Amino acid sequence: MTGANSFSVSGYGPERSGWARLFARDSLARRLDWPILLCSVTLSVIGAALVYSATRNRTELNQGDPYYFLVRHLLNTGIGFALMVATIWLGHRTLRTAVPILYGVSVFLVLLVLTPLGATINGAHAWIKLGGGFSLQPSEFVKVTIILGMAMLLAARVDAGDKEYPDHRTVVQALGLAAVPILITLLMPDLGSVMVMVIIVLGVLLASGASNRWVLGLIGTGATGAVAVWQLKILDEYQINRFAAFANPELDPAGVGYNTNQARIAIGSGGLFGTGLGKGSQTTGQFVPEQQTDFVFTVAGEELGFVGAGLIIVLLGVVLWRACRIARETTELYGTIVAAGIIAWFAFQSFENIGMTLGIMPVAGLPLPFVSYGGSSMFAVWVAVGLLQSIRVQRPMSA
Amino acid sequence: MTNIPETGRTPRVQIRLVIIQILVVSLLGTLGGRLWYLQIREGEAYAKEASGNHVQQVVDPAVRGSILDARGVPIADNETRLVVSASRTDLLKMDDDGKAVLTKLAGVLGMKPKEVMNKVRLCDSKTPQPCWNGSPYQPIPITDEATAKQALQIRERSEDFPGITAEPQAVRRYPAPGKANTAQVLGYLSPVTDEEIQQAQNTSSPYLRSDQVGRSGLERQYDKQLRGKAGVTRYEVDNLGRVIGQAEADPAHPGSNLVTSIDARVQRIAEYELNEAMKEARKQLDRNTGVNYKADSGAVVVMEAKTGRVVAMASNPTYDPNAWVGGISGKDYATLTGKKSNYPLLNRAIQGQSAPGSIFKVVPTAAAINAGYSFNGPYECSSSYALGGQVFKNFESKGYGPISLGRALEVSCDTVFYRLSHEEWKRDGGTKPKKNANDWFYKTAHQFGLGDETGIDLPNEVTGRIPDRQWKKDYWKANKDVWCKTGKKDGSYAERIAYENCLEGNRLRAGDSINYSIGQGDTLVTPIQMATIYAAISNGGTLYDPAVGKAVISADGKNVQEIKPKSHGKLPMTKQTRDEIDDALAGVATRGTAAWRFTGWPQDKIPMHAKTGTAEVYGKQTTSWFATYTKDYSIVMTISQGGTGSGASAPAVRKLYNALYGVSEDGKIDKKKALLPTPQKNLPKIESDGSIDAPKVAAYPPKNAEKATGQGEQSAPVETPAATVNPPTTGNRNTRRRSARHGGQKRRRTTP
Repeated sequence: MTGANSFSVSGYGPERSGWARLFARDSLARRLDWPILLCSVTLSVIGAALVYSATRNRTELNQGDPYYFLVRHLLNTGIGFALMVATIWLGHRTLRTAVPILYGVSVFLVLLVLTPLGATINGAHAWIKLGGGFSLQPSEFVKVTIILGMAMLLAARVDAGDKEYPDHRTVVQALGLAAVPILITLLMPDLGSVMVMVIIVLGVLLASGASNRWVLGLIGTGATGAVAVWQLKILDEYQINRFAAFANPELDPAGVGYNTNQARIAIGSGGLFGTGLGKGSQTTGQFVPEQQTDFVFTVAGEELGFVGAGLIIVLLGVVLWRACRIARETTELYGTIVAAGIIAWFAFQSFENIGMTLGIMPVAGLPLPFVSYGGSSMFAVWVAVGLLQSIRVQRPMSA
Repeated sequence: MTNIPETGRTPRVQIRLVIIQILVVSLLGTLGGRLWYLQIREGEAYAKEASGNHVQQVVDPAVRGSILDARGVPIADNETRLVVSASRTDLLKMDDDGKAVLTKLAGVLGMKPKEVMNKVRLCDSKTPQPCWNGSPYQPIPITDEATAKQALQIRERSEDFPGITAEPQAVRRYPAPGKANTAQVLGYLSPVTDEEIQQAQNTSSPYLRSDQVGRSGLERQYDKQLRGKAGVTRYEVDNLGRVIGQAEADPAHPGSNLVTSIDARVQRIAEYELNEAMKEARKQLDRNTGVNYKADSGAVVVMEAKTGRVVAMASNPTYDPNAWVGGISGKDYATLTGKKSNYPLLNRAIQGQSAPGSIFKVVPTAAAINAGYSFNGPYECSSSYALGGQVFKNFESKGYGPISLGRALEVSCDTVFYRLSHEEWKRDGGTKPKKNANDWFYKTAHQFGLGDETGIDLPNEVTGRIPDRQWKKDYWKANKDVWCKTGKKDGSYAERIAYENCLEGNRLRAGDSINYSIGQGDTLVTPIQMATIYAAISNGGTLYDPAVGKAVISADGKNVQEIKPKSHGKLPMTKQTRDEIDDALAGVATRGTAAWRFTGWPQDKIPMHAKTGTAEVYGKQTTSWFATYTKDYSIVMTISQGGTGSGASAPAVRKLYNALYGVSEDGKIDKKKALLPTPQKNLPKIESDGSIDAPKVAAYPPKNAEKATGQGEQSAPVETPAATVNPPTTGNRNTRRRSARHGGQKRRRTTP
């Protein structure tokens, strides 16, 4: 077996062609996690089809071009893919050195949202308008930088061999690092992203080996925080309504409960095989709001049925399963923590997004990784895939 | 430092990674399970909900078929009214939910804005009328009495009135041609109820919310045929109610027309003369009670003798069926159904029952022959018949000596029938009947179809009653408790009767059999039953099911379904007996009890047969009955508390025959004046465009005659105000007529 950063091929002559070298043992291609890559691409392509179906006759959104969102979704996927390649090429270890800069930039962007540059979309003040129809959701990138930042702090002394587990001081530092953007996001307020970030922090702490007290403490703080947020009326009315509608979907079928009700009808009416792409009456009739973004899963449910919607869950499952393997198999704690953070992120965001369309989670404005339309989310998710690949590619192949 | 050499992970981290992995898998598993639950287990329910979500029906109501008389004159049809409607979906798309448009519309229609807005709001538990309880996607009618000017204003400035339409629409109308309103025969419509919609949901003819349903008379009996099938267009709509596609469209099939055997002219005469006869009766003093006859109700039936088809059927008191159109007002409803109303909705020709009196005598005559007595007898027609201490008198206590059964019919001798019936009763075992008692007099009555429905094609016919042994038993069982409680041996008349009934009311007593033999006592018949029986004697013995409907013809005239005469039996008599009875009944008209009413009748050309009847009802004045027939028609008339058969009813019946055959009072036949010397055979022709070439109906009585008799009809005390229908003479009326011409209503107006 060769060393971790060896890109050469052993056992074969130097005159081997590029293709052969690419797929030779221990080559980069061989060490890439193909299931994750394939599943991610497939999810993005399915997402493109669903986004197209949901938007082709929403003339008030697509500026008269039925392919407007399809093209953009594919473009976003392409950019995301390029970002993944770049991430792999740089490697997560290289990025480790750039973490302070990345973290600073992302926190700055999040702060920008609170300035007049910020924009409100669907009740969430979480966007920066860039002009030309483009807008940026910095909280998506914060998810990545929180993972990288915390991992850097928590793994530093362990990977150096100084300690078996991160000490309390490091944990406090790491939590402080995460708390800054989380609090800013809470002020927006973008509750969905806050929830994801808290879960990420939890995943990161779990994987870092920090003592159980910290983990339990964080869960306790999260719960108290939730109660406090509720009691102190930090939430806007629309957010309270969402929870009320979740508790009782029949509350007001034309108002607050409308989204969840229509989403469930759309999914339920899909049956085993669905109505076929573009043939769903709930989708065509635009009964479900935000169907290209947060409620994209309802399109899958109605038009692709149990088979298609189930496939999305399975593909996400494969990505997460492989990510878990990557987390377990890498020798560095840094890689493990990053992978675990990404797992927490993807798993919770997918569960929350799909769960709300199925009526088992309250409504929160979160995109479904790979599938939902939205550039910021797509880029962040693909960067995360790049990080996972990098951890796998760069892990020592033998002890 | 490491327990797991391969990765160098500490066990704590490793365990936690496994926990994360398990958590991830269980989260995704939860999603999968929930997905299965929604899509596979509950999928069908959600699919249903989804289709209800985005498919909206727009109903195009079918035009209800007309009801025509035998010559094609409409007695129930539709008129075109200008209906202004608002589309709720269009209004809701406006910024102010259409308030401005509705306010403007209210100005044009001369209504209050609030009134208009209330009409377009949707009904729910909290919203009182007026409100719309139909589909919100259905145009909501705001008024059906718009004038042409108003409609033009709305149409010409359609950009000012988005979502508002002014269209001509068909509304039911009972035109009463020649003032023949035919109210109880036609029946009426009212809106369908939720229950009916539910019940008819899975049948071949489901109801729509906008449907009107026949509630009585022909409208109810032939509702399915008349109603047609409403057109339904299903639109796929999006979440804002915008139409994004047409799912399917069933075109409307207009209802078929019902051709009846009613002749509007004869019907008019029947109604008019019945009313006149009742008015006349009220002028007569009843010597038994010392006050004038009340003549509170009456009925007359004119039937084709050879088919059982009803040419005219009048019931008095009557009312204007147009009161039901467009929803009956509370006041009208009270007038029609209240306790003081005398129930003008009842069709007394099929729902009024009373003792038949002597017109019943054809039944015991046939019964006697069947029991083995000879027609010629002779039988003693004494002035009275004694039974124990009781004396049963002949009518006006007159005796005729020994006579035949035929003569007994002619002079209406009661004692002959008393004696025969009593004798048969004794032979059957009296109050202790033999096992195989013949009960000829009762059996024969049942064979005549009495005590049973005639099967006429009108709803809620009553059966009448033959008080035979079985009925006595049943009746006693039902009433003995009351009788035994109230009965007193030495009390008042009613108490003594109750006492007797309590003791032996379950037995057919001698007195019962004697009373029964002349159609008295507990015997009850309806006019339609008697008309059927006398028609059967005329036609040689076939008891036809009376029928008003003659044919159902599709709106385009192409599909004609004739309603063939049906029979429910034969009279229980030989041809010889029939001929003998026939002769006797002709004798009634020429030399018997009805002769004085048929003086000058051309008996040689149009043989007339008749039987008078005067039934006594305990506590009331006598019921007048008159049953007649020729070879073509049978006419039966009755007036409750009206006096004698020949006295109260006969003149009206004579006038009907005069009109049918064109006979003048002096007996001359003017064939040109004859309305219907033979029954109408051919069906009216309905053109493929739905038009009907219907003849005019002349006024009856003719103008000069009406002046002579005065216009007393309106002032008849028991008649509801609108016994004859005068169309409303508002400005709207003109509009309707005009719009009818424009709006494609092709039927010719037949009212003069």
